[in-house]
Amino acid sequence: MTNHWVDIKNADLVLIMGGNAAEAHPCGFKWVIKAKAQRGAKLVVVDPRFTRSAAVADYYAPIRVGADIAFLGGVINYLLANDKIHHEYVKHYTNSAFLINPDYGFKDGLFTGYDEAKRSYAKGTWTYQMEDGFAKVDPTLQDPNSVFQLMKKHYSRYTPELVSSITGTPQDQFLKVCEMIAATSAANKTMTILYALGWTQHSVGSENIRTMAIIQLLLGNMGMAGGGVNALRGHANVQGITDQCLYSEVLPGYLSSPADADATYEQYKAARTPKALRPGQMNFPQNFPKWFNSLMKAWYGEHATTETNFAYDYLPKRDAPYDIMQIFDNMHQGKMSGFISSGFNPLAAISSKHKISAALAKLKYLVIVDPLATETSEFWKNYGEFNNVDASKIQTEVFRLPGTCFAEQDGSFTNSSRVIQWHWKAADGPGESKSDQEIMAALFTRLRDMYKKDGGAYSDPILNLTWNYTNPLDPDAGEINKEISGKALVDLKDAAGTVLVPAGEQLAGFAQLVENGGTACGNWIYSGMWNKAGNLTARRDPTDASENGIGQSLNWGFAWPANRRILYNRASADINGKPWDETRTVLKWMGDKWGGSDVPDMRPNAKPEENVMPFIMTQEGVGRIFAPQMAEGPFPEHYEPFETPLARNPMHPNNPKATSNPASRVYKGDMEVFGNRKDYPFAATTYRLVEHFHYWSKHSDLNAIVQPEMFVEISRELAKMRGIASGDRVKVSSARGHVHAKAMVTMRLKGMKVDGQTIYHVGIPIHFGFKGLTKPAQLANSLTPYVGDANSQTPEFKAFLVNIEKA
Amino acid sequence: MAIQALQVVAQSATTMTPPASAAKTVHVAKLIDISSCIGCKACQVACMEWNETRPVIGDTDGTYDNPVELGANAWTVMKFNEIENAQGGIDWLIRKDGCMHCEDPGCLKACPSPGAIVKLDNGIVDFNSDKCIGCGYCVAGCPFDVPRISQTTNKATKCTLCSDRVSVGQEPACVKACPTQALTFGPKDDRIKYANERIKDLNGRGYDKASLYNPQGVGGTHVMYVLPHGDKPTAYNGLPADPKISSTVGLWKGIMKPIALLTMAATVFAGVIHYAIKGPDTVDEDHDDSKKS
Repeated sequence: MTNHWVDIKNADLVLIMGGNAAEAHPCGFKWVIKAKAQRGAKLVVVDPRFTRSAAVADYYAPIRVGADIAFLGGVINYLLANDKIHHEYVKHYTNSAFLINPDYGFKDGLFTGYDEAKRSYAKGTWTYQMEDGFAKVDPTLQDPNSVFQLMKKHYSRYTPELVSSITGTPQDQFLKVCEMIAATSAANKTMTILYALGWTQHSVGSENIRTMAIIQLLLGNMGMAGGGVNALRGHANVQGITDQCLYSEVLPGYLSSPADADATYEQYKAARTPKALRPGQMNFPQNFPKWFNSLMKAWYGEHATTETNFAYDYLPKRDAPYDIMQIFDNMHQGKMSGFISSGFNPLAAISSKHKISAALAKLKYLVIVDPLATETSEFWKNYGEFNNVDASKIQTEVFRLPGTCFAEQDGSFTNSSRVIQWHWKAADGPGESKSDQEIMAALFTRLRDMYKKDGGAYSDPILNLTWNYTNPLDPDAGEINKEISGKALVDLKDAAGTVLVPAGEQLAGFAQLVENGGTACGNWIYSGMWNKAGNLTARRDPTDASENGIGQSLNWGFAWPANRRILYNRASADINGKPWDETRTVLKWMGDKWGGSDVPDMRPNAKPEENVMPFIMTQEGVGRIFAPQMAEGPFPEHYEPFETPLARNPMHPNNPKATSNPASRVYKGDMEVFGNRKDYPFAATTYRLVEHFHYWSKHSDLNAIVQPEMFVEISRELAKMRGIASGDRVKVSSARGHVHAKAMVTMRLKGMKVDGQTIYHVGIPIHFGFKGLTKPAQLANSLTPYVGDANSQTPEFKAFLVNIEKA
Repeated sequence: MAIQALQVVAQSATTMTPPASAAKTVHVAKLIDISSCIGCKACQVACMEWNETRPVIGDTDGTYDNPVELGANAWTVMKFNEIENAQGGIDWLIRKDGCMHCEDPGCLKACPSPGAIVKLDNGIVDFNSDKCIGCGYCVAGCPFDVPRISQTTNKATKCTLCSDRVSVGQEPACVKACPTQALTFGPKDDRIKYANERIKDLNGRGYDKASLYNPQGVGGTHVMYVLPHGDKPTAYNGLPADPKISSTVGLWKGIMKPIALLTMAATVFAGVIHYAIKGPDTVDEDHDDSKKS
């Protein structure tokens, strides 16, 4: 979330799209109810199904799965055509005035630079016009190559008629939602958008979110109380996982990890230390060397020095992508021997169960660390129709290590609000279970001892890793958090030679990090969470720091970065530092410094007349409407899901190359098992139910009682067409597999008029499987396609094709 | 809420004068604001946890209702109903079903066993299983179809409004667990005031028939609803429009009472003889306890 849970109560309009907050985030949903009850806010839900969020909404509009960019592109067109944008904000705080390379273009659904063979773009034309080392701008926004004019041209194609024909949203309902959104373009009105995996789990997932980011910039809702683009994270600590880099493309704190091209430390550093694109901007990523060197000091201590280039050579260099879909594809090709699956149930959670199962069967060994007996841990075992495998043909050796759950160990969670909160162990784990850190420490120390004794190829990164925990076999979670937060290794002095932080003391925050090896910090964005005063994540003081009750509890836990609760909060005030809405002041210029109810997202003494812009993490200093960083284009464009019920992309009916995301990676063998609309005529989507949490809670009797059995939701029309009655057993098939389920025939789904035909949906909850207390079922994952978003490689769980028949 | 020493003001099959102090006791109420309810079933789970009830893990019948209805081990369940609204869209009406704690409780009136059903001075209607004879009259006497007879204990069961928690100053478990404050608990007057605020808000959102459900046919209830469609209570899974105590209960209280009591005494006597000869009945441990009697 750019904002935070409590802040939802400050919104005038709450839009839930690409998510179902009432069901997936029932506790956080209290703030939506508060916004309605106390502020008179309106709630709008846009979803293929009338969900439990919709049950308490003021307005609901249906949408076909996979058509979000068409809908949101239409909203952009509406805002521009009806002059419902926040002009001052757009002019100053976005890159709308920036001039783009005249060679940039967009034709027949493809941007300039497309390489069909590689399924990727050369981005040479997606660039700013430069002058004296800075990007050229036209503050009048009239230059035809300005971002503003290019945006206008790009989205003028998204007419209400065409949008309705792609999305299936009746035109009047689409326009009603546009009108409600447009009302928040007033300087003192805000909309918050709550989304989740309903946007991310698409082959255009990142661009779904980008489209909404553009809308929020146009409306002037970023940085405002009650505004923002708010991702509701799917696990209690999934925010912590991404922050701490448990995937291969980044190091902790979103520092891009080295690749083959980064042969030397200097090359690596230069490629990641950007220059400001406009004069006087903070360009905060210019501090990259401080963050990286401090990280390497935390990891390698005395081995990471200026002389050793901070042990840069110890880091592996990516020769290829190693995202989770790539890992399982490698496994499927027999290129992997072993896999450690810790707190992860990939058979259920990485798309296409059949492929995952076949891949796991090619391993020599599989290690499972989990408190529960997961489906993955028994992928090899025959459960009749529910897991129909031949165990005699699977040679993978499976080790199941019982882990503890969160309540059985100390540690911290990072929630969707980016608030790191300490939690205390409540009970010992059962039997022989061990905490995750104890299991990992045992594995590490034993491997290290083997290297020590027997040697091995390039063992230095393992032998020299800092492991100074009081109990090296079971590191204390507090010690780990202190290490992540960072400390001074030498006396840190100011220019006059006064010691600011003595050697050995915990740092106050990332502003104290230095490039020369004088500080160690395991994750720069978490810096300061454990300062010299102690563990700030354990704070539980709800006191509101604001004067007008907007709910800024700065002494509750610790929010990264720098305990800031609302990102880009400088944008909540106008160019002179006066809040756009003084009843919801987040930040204001006090005459000599920035003050208010939040930690300023700005140099505290940057005078308004210095024109330091609010988006300090960009080189531009402003929010990006045009974003060349994206894989499939600098402006989001509607592409159909890889399995589409349509014969074409109605945006580009004559260019089959632009039917689905031209930059998505598709593996050999997976393209062949995409289903066609003749055999699989119905649009399917997967989702959660409030009664369950992923594949865990089916092991608990209370959850199993309140939602005991696999079902699928279909409309009355589809039920009639296939002779299905509510409660009947049905078979749902995709090109990759099938599941059996009870039918739930409902008015909450309806046929939709799309591109001249009627589209029916099949809604598939994800929670049921062949382990646990709920009725045994085939995993919903048996149906899903193996293709992901072009930027994040998140699998397309939310839009694919199925058939349904009475079983 | 302050701790109250709860007193019985009425009990089944007994004529009594309520203690004078009872008049000063604050009447409590649970308000269920349907416009804030997301049907998450946290209340159901909290109820099962606090009261240690565990209905069997059932089947899905093609609805979100699980368990499908109230049972001896399911004292509250969420009922889901889809209706077409005036605008041609749909409304998904979600109602937490359970005991309404009537001011004039039909169950208590119908119960022939002295003291098996009591009304407390704060308004809670509670069952005293020690004195329950499992006759099922309370089931017939309830205008909301709430009580269930346990197949294992042969006792009547229902929501107690967590009288054990309330007596020590805590809110009912369901209220404690509700994430959206759709459930609130406190003095009945305060809850009515709050309900009126909610109704005003709903009126402003186009629900001009929104109303408080506190039916006078049973003297008002200590569990009340804010209904967005106040003119259509039955759309909320058959919530009675004008609940009244069944006329047969009135009959029972009148001329039939001596005859019925005699019949009942004979039944009990027969049971004692049966026990003396055959010993106690055994019950299958796995028996489905959630089925309606």
